[in-house]
Amino acid sequence: MDLAFTKEEQAFREEVRTFFHENIPADIHAKMIDQHSLEKQDLVTWQRILNAKGWAVPHWPVEYGGTGWDPIKLYIFWEEMQQTPAPQPLQFGVHMVGPVIATFGNEAQKQRFLPRIANLDDWWCQGFSEPGAGSDLASLRTKAVRDGDHYVVNGQKTWTTLAQHADWIFCLVRTNPDVKKQVGISFLLIDMKTPGIEVRPIQTIDGGKEVNEVFFTDVRVPVENLVGEENRGWDYAKFLLGNERSGIARIGISKQRIRRIKELAGQEFYGSAPMIENQRFREKLAAVEVELKALEMTQLRVVAAEAKRGDKGKPDPASSILKIKGSELQQATTELLMEVVGPYALPFQPGLVEGSNEPPIGMDWAATAAPTYFNWRKVSIYGGSNEIQKNIIAKAILGL
Amino acid sequence: MDFDLNEEQRLIKDSVERLLADRYGFEQRKAHGASERGWSADMWAQYADLGLLAMPFSADDGGMDQGPVGTMIVMEAFGRALALEPYLATVVLGGGFLRNGANAAQKADLIPQIVDGSLTLAFAQTERHSRYDLADVTTTARKDGGSYVLDGAKSVVVHGDSADKLIVTARVAGDRRDRSGIGVFLVDGNAAGVSRRGYPTQDGQRAAEVLLEGVRVEADWVIGEPENGLPLIEQVTDEAIAALCAEAVGTMSVMHETTVDYLKTRKQFGVPIGDFQVLQHRAADMFLMLEQARSMSMLATMMADEQDVAERRRSIAGAKVQIGRSGRFVGQQAVQLHGGVGMTMELAVGHYFKRVTMIDTAFGDADYHLSRLADAGGLIAA
Ligand SMILES: Cc1cc2nc3c(=O)[nH]c(=O)nc-3n(C[C@H](O)[C@H](O)[C@H](O)COP(=O)(O)OP(=O)(O)OC[C@H]3O[C@@H](n4cnc5c(N)ncnc54)[C@H](O)[C@@H]3O)c2cc1C
Repeated sequence: MDLAFTKEEQAFREEVRTFFHENIPADIHAKMIDQHSLEKQDLVTWQRILNAKGWAVPHWPVEYGGTGWDPIKLYIFWEEMQQTPAPQPLQFGVHMVGPVIATFGNEAQKQRFLPRIANLDDWWCQGFSEPGAGSDLASLRTKAVRDGDHYVVNGQKTWTTLAQHADWIFCLVRTNPDVKKQVGISFLLIDMKTPGIEVRPIQTIDGGKEVNEVFFTDVRVPVENLVGEENRGWDYAKFLLGNERSGIARIGISKQRIRRIKELAGQEFYGSAPMIENQRFREKLAAVEVELKALEMTQLRVVAAEAKRGDKGKPDPASSILKIKGSELQQATTELLMEVVGPYALPFQPGLVEGSNEPPIGMDWAATAAPTYFNWRKVSIYGGSNEIQKNIIAKAILGL
Repeated sequence: MDFDLNEEQRLIKDSVERLLADRYGFEQRKAHGASERGWSADMWAQYADLGLLAMPFSADDGGMDQGPVGTMIVMEAFGRALALEPYLATVVLGGGFLRNGANAAQKADLIPQIVDGSLTLAFAQTERHSRYDLADVTTTARKDGGSYVLDGAKSVVVHGDSADKLIVTARVAGDRRDRSGIGVFLVDGNAAGVSRRGYPTQDGQRAAEVLLEGVRVEADWVIGEPENGLPLIEQVTDEAIAALCAEAVGTMSVMHETTVDYLKTRKQFGVPIGDFQVLQHRAADMFLMLEQARSMSMLATMMADEQDVAERRRSIAGAKVQIGRSGRFVGQQAVQLHGGVGMTMELAVGHYFKRVTMIDTAFGDADYHLSRLADAGGLIAA
């Protein structure tokens, strides 16, 4: 047992940290620090900076742009990116459909899509959930019927994040209605410009417009856009969701937020002393730090075990722990920031959240505190809700 | 001991609930909120007709003499409807200053105007660095002959943009956080030297930043003793906290009912999600938190006009702690158990969640009051 990072890993951390800080454009960095919304172009800009360095998709197979880093280095890389804080790559391409295509796609699909994902030439969105198929994803009803060399797709997806920017959507569709629900599903790649697709925004409680409904009416999709085999889509989806869960702890984000809270609580007064000197507040913050440290160690145990096994991509059921605790801690940091903001949580200043320069009410960093708290309730809902994760632990780990 | 409402109180409750059920649906509320003031003048007139604006005032002053229980009934109903009108600001806070601190002439002039719906008020207390400390006042009131001249800036004044008059706390003497030397002044919203910047709040209401530059207030419009207004301010904010507790109970009740309904109707895995025992327990936990909050709201109501000030303050602090904690739990779980739809503006539940969250930040959050209560020796005498 050796719990320390090696010298080489420490040097690697230093290298990526320096690169991130030296290369992130100042305006994007400022938006990240203040939790302002990012424009599409901000993600594109950052992704291309990474791609130029060869770091756009480090976890992919080397032949498609991966770096060949082991899981520990990958962990360090993402953690440092989060702590910078720099934008996370658009996960639907880099973390979801990219690995699926790289693992299950045919050569033509790999050549066609993977380089464009790495460079964010194509903006992808995820068409899994439907109004009637949330936690019970396998009950999805959007259907694809074969017609010559096309599938004809009809149905509705919902909660589709950032579909308003998307060039492509990857969808789970029902291709065989007559079998057990999991075995009649296929994984289709659909060009958002195809006639018959309509995107309607859904406003979230914080006032943001990040999710959408996507309607499909007689949408013709070439059969060459089927990933893997027909009716095997559920397997690919499970592979994808497993990847999503292990990345979802986002410990770097929580660490960065705690640093930020400490900084702001050092500026904001509570009576005659800065808020950070308030005993109750400090203890609450420290309690979150303890849990975060524990989660970090848990995450490292998972990562190290993965490095040893060498079977990247096969999700550890322990990733459910990471999802549950990771989301709870992210939410806890948003609550702590609300407390620092105090009465200034109340003004609703959507313009400021989007980065306009209207004069702020109170501190110039207050505007995003309450919206972030409201918005971050989503992290215990999506990616397999925390209740579903506990079901997984109970079944897959505990055998109950 | 009797926790049931009497006949008269029951009638009041029925009539306010009926009015809001008819006139304050989710879509109607949206329309009220979209108006220029951010609330409905028409509803305000209806409240006046029903006598709601007269509720806490004594019969001598033209009121209905319903005391804190009357306020509790109205505020809980407002919480259920997420009503936007400045009832707390005008009747509870504004009216509270008049009832507890005003002289006969002031009462005779203003209470009838509140009661008939022609006067709205707002409480301008918070300052940039005061957080929740009522004694932390830097706005100054300088005596000048027979009047006072006010200078300073007040922040997040709820309904401060539309209020006809502002109730402003300002320092006539002493240092920034001294308990003595704070007065309460009634300032016309359009008086020379007052500028207001209104804006919407997270919970769909409105507030304002208020700048006071050389605002002249005649001595007639000082409420209570200008040298020693803090006890009055504490009394009135305690009454307001009790009212907010009742409002929070209204919002929590709706969130709980809506969630239980949703558990019965939303199907996943071929069954209503309410079949999953973990969700049954969660709904049970919400219920438990709601009922604890309701009990503390009743305690706050009972203690709002308690003569033993220290006892009153401890009980109110305790109630605010419970409300903050219950509100957070019930609100978060209501959203969680609704899944994705709970995160949308289209569904009411998210709006209730936001309101109950903001109630926690009004007049001191749960932690603030917990510290205050602990410093005051807790609720059980050693
Ligand atoms: C902001 C946001 C962004 C999203 N982005 C995307 C996206 O880009 N693409 C996409 O496809 N989807 C997306 N989703 C959808 C997300 O994956 C679903 O919301 C999630 O799967 C839950 O489904 P649901 O909302 O239908 O809730 P439901 O499944 O109806 O669940 C309601 C409640 O019941 C609980 N529950 C359900 N089943 C069980 C059970 N068996 N045991 C115990 N509890 C249970 C849930 O945990 C939840 O609390 C997004 C969601 C949100 C909120």
